[in-house]
Amino acid sequence: MQSSKGFSVKTIVAIGIGAALFIVLARFGSIPTGIPNTNIQTNYAILALFALLYGPWAGLLIGLIGHTLADLISYGAPWFSWVIASGVAGLVYGLLSRGMRIHEGEFGVREIVRFNIAQIVGNAIAFFAVAPVLDILIYAEPSNKVFTQGFAAGGMNMVTVAILGTLLAVAYSKTRTKRGSLTREA
Amino acid sequence: MAAKLLAYSDTGSPVHRLNGVTKLAVFLLIAVTGMVIYDTRCLLVMLAISLYVFFLSKVPFKQYSFVLYLIIVFSVLNQLAIFLFAPDQGTVIYGTRHELLPIAGRYSVTAEQLFYQFNVLLKYAVVVPPALLFLLTTDPSEFAASLNRIGVPYKIAYAVSLTMRYIPDVQQEYVNISTAAQARGIDLSRKEKLGRRLKNMISVLLPLVLATLERIEKVSAALELRGFGRGRKRTWYKGRSLTRKDWIVLACAVLLSAAAFAITFGKGSRFYNPFV
Repeated sequence: MQSSKGFSVKTIVAIGIGAALFIVLARFGSIPTGIPNTNIQTNYAILALFALLYGPWAGLLIGLIGHTLADLISYGAPWFSWVIASGVAGLVYGLLSRGMRIHEGEFGVREIVRFNIAQIVGNAIAFFAVAPVLDILIYAEPSNKVFTQGFAAGGMNMVTVAILGTLLAVAYSKTRTKRGSLTREA
Repeated sequence: MAAKLLAYSDTGSPVHRLNGVTKLAVFLLIAVTGMVIYDTRCLLVMLAISLYVFFLSKVPFKQYSFVLYLIIVFSVLNQLAIFLFAPDQGTVIYGTRHELLPIAGRYSVTAEQLFYQFNVLLKYAVVVPPALLFLLTTDPSEFAASLNRIGVPYKIAYAVSLTMRYIPDVQQEYVNISTAAQARGIDLSRKEKLGRRLKNMISVLLPLVLATLERIEKVSAALELRGFGRGRKRTWYKGRSLTRKDWIVLACAVLLSAAAFAITFGKGSRFYNPFV
């Protein structure tokens, strides 16, 4: 049921609880790869999944709220350039994977390809462009440093979402009943 | 896996008695000012004032000591990375070069670089006390009311308060699922190889995500039954009106950041240059 104006109730709740999941996984769900400061951040797989399920605005707000609160709770102060980058990532994931009928159990090869194109473009925009450029504008950090960090983080996120995000989406679609799956017996 | 998180507790200090709106507005104001300006003198004054207010709040050191440790590690790594990638960034910004200690090749410590990195540190440090203050001295139930008050649509403000409400629940669920998985021999620790560990992570994430999606269904059904989102506005149980003290604090914060902006932009450059 659509509410009177703006977001539906379900989207609001998905933003709230999705951001909580994003924060919990930011703390517990990151796996170090062995390269310093480069972790497999499983929470971006969650961000991509929620953007796919609940749309671009949910993606944007889960990224913004989740990253701000995660930084606030564990570091005391948010690093705003990367907070905005997370929001942009969520927004782009959602925009490019719009209109897929995963709720009806349809998530085949075509959808997997589209989902992955969406997440690769989203990560590229957010972490190869937005995060480093804002780092330079806000903090006047050296450009080669921020671009290296951005490429490392964005690249890692692409791999993480490609593996974990895709698997989670496929598993979710299997829990849904396919449209028209019932046949009438004579 | 008892994770320490920053949490509110009431010590009854003057800072605690301020309205959540005031604390949020001051935090945002200082954060924005701190991001825009690069003037060392302004940053130092702002840091001094916010540290003073922090001591006024009488938050026990134990409540945030673990965060200080994380902040220091993060800052040290960041500072090292800046030096490693661009040992001459300071020279480029300030236009002069006073070499202090040559190390090797293009790496040498210059006064400008030290000053520049000190400024980067300062910019980050300025935001920490007001952010911690907001988080440690504001009743979480007042969060949403405050956000709504400063102009965030109430549905989004409500989403933020849902997040605060469900962090402990989701965390408990994660701990439960991962302990159950570990009991069945699914190792998530560093003893496992990377590929295997990733695979094991999936067997924890999958039930966690499905449980979360189910929770979303339940909570949104409950909210909808109570008619959430029908009206254009909503009132808050914890919403309070601003007192005179709040207005004084707000006025001081606005004056402070206006002064910082005026000083920064009055001389045509974001940077304060002591070298010329």
